[in-house]
Amino acid sequence: MGALLGRLGEAAASLLGVCTLVFLLIHLVPGDPVAAMLGEGARAVDQAELRAALGLDRPLWTQYLDYLGGLARLDLGVSLHSGRAVTALLAERAGPTLELAVAALALAVVVALPLGVLAALHQGGWIDRVAMGFSMLGAAIPNFWLGPLLILVCSLWLGWTPVSGRDGPLSLLLPALTLGTGLAAVLARMVRSSLLEVLGEDYVRTARAKGAGPARVLWRHALRNAWLPVLTLLGLQFGALLGGAVITETVFAWPGLGSLVVESIQARDYPLVQGAVLVIALAYLVVNTLTDLLYLALDPRIRSR
Amino acid sequence: MSAPLLEVEGLSTTIGAARVVDGVRLELARGETFALLGESGCGKSMTALSLMRLLPPAGRIEAGAVRLDGVDLLRLSEAEMRRVRGARLAMIFQEPQTSLNPVMRIGAQIAEAVRLHAGAAAAVDARVLELLRAVGIPDPERRAREYPHQLSGGMKQRVMIAMALAGDPELLIADEPTTALDVTIQAQVLGLLKTLQQQSGLAVLLITHDLGVVAETAERLAVMYAGEIVETATTAAFFAAPAHPYSRMLLESLPTADKRGARLAAIPGRVPPLDRAFTGCRFVERCPRALARCVEQLPPWHEAGAGHWVRCHLWDADLVDTATVAEPAVAEGEQVPVGEDAAPLLEVADLKVHFPIHRGVLRRVVGQVRAVDGVSLRLRPGRTLALVGESGCGKTTAGKALLQLIAPTAGSIRYQGHELAGLSHRRMRRFRKDLQIIFQDPHASMNPRMLVGDVIGEGLQALGLARTRPERLRRAAELLELVGMPGAAVERYPHEFSGGQRQRICIARALAVDPRVIVCDEPTSALDVSVQAQILNLLKDLQARLGLSYLFITHDLSVVAYLAHEVAVMYLGRVVEQGRVEEVLERPRHPYTRALLSAVPVADPRAERRTLRLEGDMPSPSAPPPGCHFHPRCPEARPECALAYPEGRAVSATHRVHCILVEAEG
Repeated sequence: MGALLGRLGEAAASLLGVCTLVFLLIHLVPGDPVAAMLGEGARAVDQAELRAALGLDRPLWTQYLDYLGGLARLDLGVSLHSGRAVTALLAERAGPTLELAVAALALAVVVALPLGVLAALHQGGWIDRVAMGFSMLGAAIPNFWLGPLLILVCSLWLGWTPVSGRDGPLSLLLPALTLGTGLAAVLARMVRSSLLEVLGEDYVRTARAKGAGPARVLWRHALRNAWLPVLTLLGLQFGALLGGAVITETVFAWPGLGSLVVESIQARDYPLVQGAVLVIALAYLVVNTLTDLLYLALDPRIRSR
Repeated sequence: MSAPLLEVEGLSTTIGAARVVDGVRLELARGETFALLGESGCGKSMTALSLMRLLPPAGRIEAGAVRLDGVDLLRLSEAEMRRVRGARLAMIFQEPQTSLNPVMRIGAQIAEAVRLHAGAAAAVDARVLELLRAVGIPDPERRAREYPHQLSGGMKQRVMIAMALAGDPELLIADEPTTALDVTIQAQVLGLLKTLQQQSGLAVLLITHDLGVVAETAERLAVMYAGEIVETATTAAFFAAPAHPYSRMLLESLPTADKRGARLAAIPGRVPPLDRAFTGCRFVERCPRALARCVEQLPPWHEAGAGHWVRCHLWDADLVDTATVAEPAVAEGEQVPVGEDAAPLLEVADLKVHFPIHRGVLRRVVGQVRAVDGVSLRLRPGRTLALVGESGCGKTTAGKALLQLIAPTAGSIRYQGHELAGLSHRRMRRFRKDLQIIFQDPHASMNPRMLVGDVIGEGLQALGLARTRPERLRRAAELLELVGMPGAAVERYPHEFSGGQRQRICIARALAVDPRVIVCDEPTSALDVSVQAQILNLLKDLQARLGLSYLFITHDLSVVAYLAHEVAVMYLGRVVEQGRVEEVLERPRHPYTRALLSAVPVADPRAERRTLRLEGDMPSPSAPPPGCHFHPRCPEARPECALAYPEGRAVSATHRVHCILVEAEG
């Protein structure tokens, strides 16, 4: 219980830190942020107007309190480009990104878990070598190459899937495959090495000495321990996916957070950039806190610390 | 004798190219305790794992038969073997810390063993509690719901035993079951095994390196060397007259009080590599009595007495008269009388090291671990002061605090009259030259990427005693010769050496800066007894030649008896008794010292039985019991013991005891 509260307290502290950093982001722009937003040669009147609209003419600490107040009301300001509320824009894009992240992760886990387990159980055999060969390949192929290749084969030659955009479940397949491949490659390796380590542990020998069969040893003893380091990796990777896979989303014109970040930076839409960064950081924080809590549930040794 | 329970014949096991078990033959009767004795790498654990058919992946049983009640286990299918494992043949392991699944509750782990072998699933929970009770675990309902990390080492080994008993086995293989435990806990576990055996007629195959444990528990034994059995006998016959030269040297290499002043019989060299064929005796290179035929012919088995067999040419018909002749007595090393009355070199007064316990988000300090809580010691020039106690008593922390490697919380450490406590790193440096340390694990205490010469020379460089590398390497080579190693070793890496050789290198490193005091922190506990003997001999020689003072931190009372001049016994951060070795070990006054001494297994089956056995575990140093820390476990405790920590009472001018039962000398 103490460990749980402690972990949640830490998460709350990190959250405040993230918010503060995002707030300061706009002030870190070299020179005058307003000039940077409007571009060179903007009229002084327009600059003053924007500065007042953004509240940049007031003292820093009032701006900070206003900003925190806005956060509490889920008000992240207004996009300079479209004039719409930043929260609304983010909400629109968060759904597709979450969809893509979950699909990619599910794909990766479904492929990597059996692959890693099989490779570990047949260490040094041909299954192991083939599996690790694929894993090496998967990790080495960059997304900006795999994405277009999949489009070329599946959409243009075979005509199975839409080329790009988000239109029905079939359109999710290629971006998820692109993102999932690299993830599956890393994950399979991790599963394999973690399981191999656990299979060499004394308590696995104890289980065998009790007369437990290979299936029981694997499921009841080995995998439950081998999971733990894999989980950490999974949490980190999922957090990164939620941040929006910038390259993959751009290649497939997927309307997620990643492409929103690219668009807003190009448009110098600072309130939107700020909002997007906040959401991405938040996603990371939430996923990693959840991972830690899961760890607490799975590993009794951490619970009592 | 009726048909044996277990018959092993011609068992040979390989791991890769090495034949780690070669032609092993054993017989165990029902209800018997049989010890398989040997040093690390002799193949005793691999023999045990071969019987269970639980070898590591590279291991293979090449030949032989393992008959349990007449059924050859090696011919069973893996599925059939699984019904034997845990049911008729169970095993417990050396490391209770790592042998239990960390994410499963104790009860679930035992229940698994029960379910695997009981026909019906009924009454599993009741059986689990019954087993926990049988192995003497208090409050079994609560313990069953706990996880392994919540239990002490001794408790975990009890849980392992409960698990092994779940299938009502006929034979229990215990692979170094108490090696990782403290002596008082070892005594508990060995006692438990004996009781269980008497109740259920269980046979025990005890795998161990510890001659004392063998003498106290086994009825018969076999000695293994380099993969084969070289001698087998009843325990009484073996300890009365060991027949193989290796067995004899093992016994002679044990440090004991009556060998004080003499050198221990160390066995030179090391076990031969097992990936080659042997034409003669495997021990020939290290045997002081080797003959020409020992190199050329495999030694045959000879009967040295009733049921006492030995594989050695010295028992050949033409030589048998000389076989029992003792080796020439080892030269008496002269006792060094220096320092008994000299002024102390190092004087520690009321040393305290407390570690704060942090809790919560704000890391508030919620308590203190009183690792060292008021220790006073005096070390005189040329003398050895042993600091002895069980794990967690604070002895290592005290040693490190003395050298300012951990900042003491309070107290004074005076070296030649200079106060060391609280000195800055810079001002401490000039004393570093005089005060050195040797650590327990010679494998972990050297940087694997540094050449041995640089490891030894680093202190010279850091303290500015030798500016150039050639100068340092020359000095390092001299030091290596001093500790009995070839000087050419400076050009090699630590991993190229055996454990004993590495500990010599560590000693050379400590000696490099010409110190006056060396803190030796369990320097031989990671080593085999024959290698331990080499290191103890070396430390003794160096003390005589260089007039060194040692603070010798150890849990091993036989080493204390052999090596030390004075001894301080620690319990929960405090010294409970201290004095000259003869006083403390021969006339111990504190109940803890007496319990500790009686728990040490003696390598002599005729020795009188122990009478004192401590119950329970050492309490946590973050919440020591009120009054005398030892009173909750003390067999002689009185109500007053809980009131206040007892003052030190002088039994003699040199012998002090912290116990209210001890009358101070007039």
